[in-house]
Amino acid sequence: MEQTLFFISALIALISTFMVVIQLNAVHALLYLIVSLLASGFIFFLLGAYFAAVLEVIIYAGAIMVLFVFVIMMLNLGHKTIDQEKSWFTPGIWRGPAILCGLLLAELVYALSSGQAGGDMHVVSSKSLGIALFGPYLLTVEAASMLLLAGLVGAYHLGRPLKSKVTS
Amino acid sequence: MTGVSIQHALLLAALLFVLGLVGLLVRRNLIMMLMSVEIMLNAAGLAFIAAGSRWGQADGQVIFLLILALAAAEVGVGLGLVMQVYRRFNTVDVDRLSEMRG
Repeated sequence: MEQTLFFISALIALISTFMVVIQLNAVHALLYLIVSLLASGFIFFLLGAYFAAVLEVIIYAGAIMVLFVFVIMMLNLGHKTIDQEKSWFTPGIWRGPAILCGLLLAELVYALSSGQAGGDMHVVSSKSLGIALFGPYLLTVEAASMLLLAGLVGAYHLGRPLKSKVTS
Repeated sequence: MTGVSIQHALLLAALLFVLGLVGLLVRRNLIMMLMSVEIMLNAAGLAFIAAGSRWGQADGQVIFLLILALAAAEVGVGLGLVMQVYRRFNTVDVDRLSEMRG
């Protein structure tokens, strides 16, 4: 049964990723990318990596995709923005991602109600993950924090407005 | 009841990675290229999770956390660069940003 759930969610992930690649509009591609990440999160859940599944939904499908939405919206400032948004979210656009999301939700409800998800896989608990993270991997965690700090400073520096525009 | 086999999980990771690579090579929009990089990073994380789940070790999830931090930093800097490029050139098409061509 777990294998069936895995194959369905893998199919959803592949279809939505393919739609990301072939979509012309960035916002439509973003909708499908979120579905793809949610399907990956469900696969992590099936593999017994519960903490990674939660992080996938919160950080990948939540925080990083919100960054993409912000930048796409900032790049489209202008008079035609409202018309564009109207044309972006016609029912034909969100029907595909909504159907895929509904399939994922049905799978998740089934897996949770039958209570056997990750049953015979090796479930890696959050406790052992935390012990590994702050035991042998402590130096790596520090390096990752330095990387995030560097990314923060770099993004702030790059995001500043131009001081003087060269007029030609 | 049989669980998810590691072969299938790795195959899915490989397919997702190839799809992301195709997107990176085909698309000419900077934002779409960043999204394809995200897909590839996610596929790499899926491979690590599958391996960690196969042997019951926490190391796979640790590496996935590091990939997550890397993706967050990469997206922050990358989108800052996209904003800067759009301000200077008024386009996010990488084919038009060919000023360094000799």
